[in-house]
Amino acid sequence: MILEAIVFYIFSAVVVGAGVGVIAARNPVHSVLFLILAFFTAAGLFILMGAEFLAFILVIVYVGAVAVLFLFVVMMLDIDFERLRSGFVRYLPVGAGVGLLLLVELVLIFGTWEVAPKRLSSVPVYARARLTNTRALGDILYTRYVFAFEMAGLILLVAMIGAIILTLRHRTEVRRQRIAAQLARTPKESVEVVKVPIGEGA
Amino acid sequence: MVIGLWHYLVVAAILFTLGVFGIFLNRKNVIIILMSIELMLLAVNINFVAFSVFLRNLEGQAFAMFILTVAAAEAAIGLAILVVYFRNRGTIEVEDIHLMKG
Repeated sequence: MILEAIVFYIFSAVVVGAGVGVIAARNPVHSVLFLILAFFTAAGLFILMGAEFLAFILVIVYVGAVAVLFLFVVMMLDIDFERLRSGFVRYLPVGAGVGLLLLVELVLIFGTWEVAPKRLSSVPVYARARLTNTRALGDILYTRYVFAFEMAGLILLVAMIGAIILTLRHRTEVRRQRIAAQLARTPKESVEVVKVPIGEGA
Repeated sequence: MVIGLWHYLVVAAILFTLGVFGIFLNRKNVIIILMSIELMLLAVNINFVAFSVFLRNLEGQAFAMFILTVAAAEAAIGLAILVVYFRNRGTIEVEDIHLMKG
């Protein structure tokens, strides 16, 4: 139990530190790397709570796809990040004020609120004894929430098509090989036999 | 030294606050703003999973998965819009984005 507490505090410290890094790093590439660290550590927290499936989904989807997408965009766009950072100090007081206010509100809410004390367990409940977390999650995801699950798939499809359509462009100035046109040529339209009169050619 | 629901909620609250803070701090850089939103969604996910685990109810984890889905879709669309915007205008400064006069 003491080990669990130590792991929790280490992971929490790392995830909060990585969060600070994301918003405060001078170089956006470092921000993305801090974001990856935050996701990894949050996955560790999930495992600590016994939600293994979500932890792995977090690593696969966020670290493997979303964070790499961010990294691509940061690296491929030629952006003057120094100019974007101006005003950092100017927004610091108002940002800190709003942030602190929000934190105080959250603490007040959670501090005064009893979360269903009869049903709340003091330690994490690791899945049902005979089922793994993945199996238990699948049991409710494909039965009670199958409609929501399908909708999630549809949302991903729409997002994929939308992203492709947004970024696809047909460049008119580029010459491309048109294989169909090449194959459809016939000797009649591409070869011309010219009769040259004798003695008149230069 | 028992780690209870309260501990996880505090971590999530701090993370969420950091996300809001980041949006205010980097008001000119859309990429950092998108990353801050991801941080906030991560905090929400930690909350969902913590409640799900400590209330012995798996539905919170199912919901966290849907949040993951929406977050991935949002990141993809947001970055695609960003790329198109940069291609057209050559900048991603938030204050320049007022074509629609909103």
